[in-house]
Amino acid sequence: MLLLTCPHCGIDADETELAPGGEAHLTRHGPGATDDDFESYLFLRDNPRGVHLERWRHANGCGKWFIAARCTVSLEVFGTYPAQTARPPQHVLDAIEAKRPGATRKLPVMEGAR
Amino acid sequence: MRRYSAAAIVREAARHHEGWERAWASPEPKRKYDAIIVGGGGHGLATAYYLGRNFGLTNVAVLEKGWLGGGNTGRNTTIIRSNYLQDPSAAIYEKARALYETMSQDLNYNVMFSPRGVMMLAQTEHEVRGYRRTAHANALQGVDTEFVGPERVKELCPIINIEGPRYPVLGALWQARAGTARHDAVAWGYARACSAMGMDIIQKCEVTGVRSSNGQVMGVDTTRGPIDCDKLGIVVAGHSGALAEMAGFRLPIESVALQALVSEPIKPVMDVVVMANTVHGYMSQSDKGEMVIGGGADGYNNYTQRGSFHHIEETVRALIETFPIISRLKMLRHWGGIVDMTGDRSPIISKTPLGNCFINCGWGTGGFKAIPGSGWAMAELMARGGSPLASAFTLERFREGRFIDESVAAGVAH
Ligand SMILES: Cc1cc2nc3c(=O)[nH]c(=O)nc-3n(C[C@H](O)[C@H](O)[C@H](O)COP(=O)(O)OP(=O)(O)OC[C@H]3O[C@@H](n4cnc5c(N)ncnc54)[C@H](O)[C@@H]3O)c2cc1C
Ligand SMILES: [Zn+2]
Repeated sequence: MLLLTCPHCGIDADETELAPGGEAHLTRHGPGATDDDFESYLFLRDNPRGVHLERWRHANGCGKWFIAARCTVSLEVFGTYPAQTARPPQHVLDAIEAKRPGATRKLPVMEGAR
Repeated sequence: MRRYSAAAIVREAARHHEGWERAWASPEPKRKYDAIIVGGGGHGLATAYYLGRNFGLTNVAVLEKGWLGGGNTGRNTTIIRSNYLQDPSAAIYEKARALYETMSQDLNYNVMFSPRGVMMLAQTEHEVRGYRRTAHANALQGVDTEFVGPERVKELCPIINIEGPRYPVLGALWQARAGTARHDAVAWGYARACSAMGMDIIQKCEVTGVRSSNGQVMGVDTTRGPIDCDKLGIVVAGHSGALAEMAGFRLPIESVALQALVSEPIKPVMDVVVMANTVHGYMSQSDKGEMVIGGGADGYNNYTQRGSFHHIEETVRALIETFPIISRLKMLRHWGGIVDMTGDRSPIISKTPLGNCFINCGWGTGGFKAIPGSGWAMAELMARGGSPLASAFTLERFREGRFIDESVAAGVAH
């Protein structure tokens, strides 16, 4: 069972307390955006075998959204941070680099928002 | 290839079964093929089979990183039905169901297709209206289904508790020609038929890169060296994202775990398949007597083939309400597969941004039933550049907003 620490209330929540929200740091395009922009926001996903930055809501807890950095192959969690963050904080990037050298460079959010 | 027959069984029985041939050859990869199919699951093997059978294209290789059917094809609960709501879905799933009826004869391989009937329970007023609508749509599509009342449900499956306190059974969408088949046999039967046509079925050969030049595919890199091809078909289900990245495009797909479990074998207690989508569980009884059980998919990306235990708990809890008789059964095995979920829960059979590279994926929780129809359409697309059965299932539909929204029709794994 997945255990994630909610960065808002500090509780170690197991996944029955949490609602998954899919890939994080997507750019939400506004009116006048192209079809390609909308497709990329609504549907296209990185779906990596490896480090994934993803949204979760502490649904049966404080109710707030946060982002988890997690490996989809080992289910290891590298850290969590509030959803209002535009870029993963340094301690999360360091935790990823310590276990997966070079992985942070490949994160879409590091190449600039999509 | 020596044919399987009653006479062959007698002949072999008389000589200690020493004369059976290997079902398919395991050759070394050649340097080049007309077409390469990546992925030795049901959909990949069916694609190869119909490339040969319908289009005479036999200089074909199927490359599988593990063993045939080791992906979702050998992990699914084998429900075959075609009672979908949207016309493009009904067309391809009904084509597949019809091909299943004659598959054992066509392949000379017993796939144990058992048209025992599939019942989708309606347990809310909303579901009653939804399934009535599907039954009407199916009538127009030429798919034989009917909406039946609770008495008929009880008659077809006496072990159901139709008076559950929270979700009483109000009726069901019944497809008498739907059923189950032996999953491994489908993969093995196609592999044997492909091998007999001279195709190369190559296991333990992982594709690690896609080579292209001027926007056209040239071949693949594999753990057994580079192999050239004129056309490439990517048919790797949960791993589609990885292959798409090698080929240089993105997909509207997320990979999540879907689990199933079987009980200890018991005497025959049900001879239909029952799906209960509101409470998220479905069940059938295998020929060995095991109760085969499945439920909902996990909600987060996962490549481990292990799912979350609480989904198992929810599924079992729901099924015990529906079938009180199973409450004392012990569960024998439980496993997971990585399913490829698209935004509209419908598959993709499509050209890709890379020339002569085609993709077949996104079958998610429900593609076993589609294997022959999907292979038929994919082969036509690869051979001719287009296929009527596949034309609605393009990658572009997500950009253009032409969804084939089936999640409304079956909000559960199947
Ligand atoms: C628990 C569970 C229950 C299900 N129940 C049902 C059901 O009742 N009815 C139904 O219709 N469907 C069901 N499904 C869905 C169904 O199993 C799938 O949709 C279907 O089997 C997909 O077949 P496939 O050939 O596309 O994929 P797979 O069988 O997964 O084949 C893909 C193959 O590609 C190979 N591969 C991946 N990457 C590479 C690479 N780089 N190089 C070479 N090979 C590679 C994999 O090893 C794999 O063998 C269920 C699925 C699961 C997991
Ligand atoms: Zn919290």
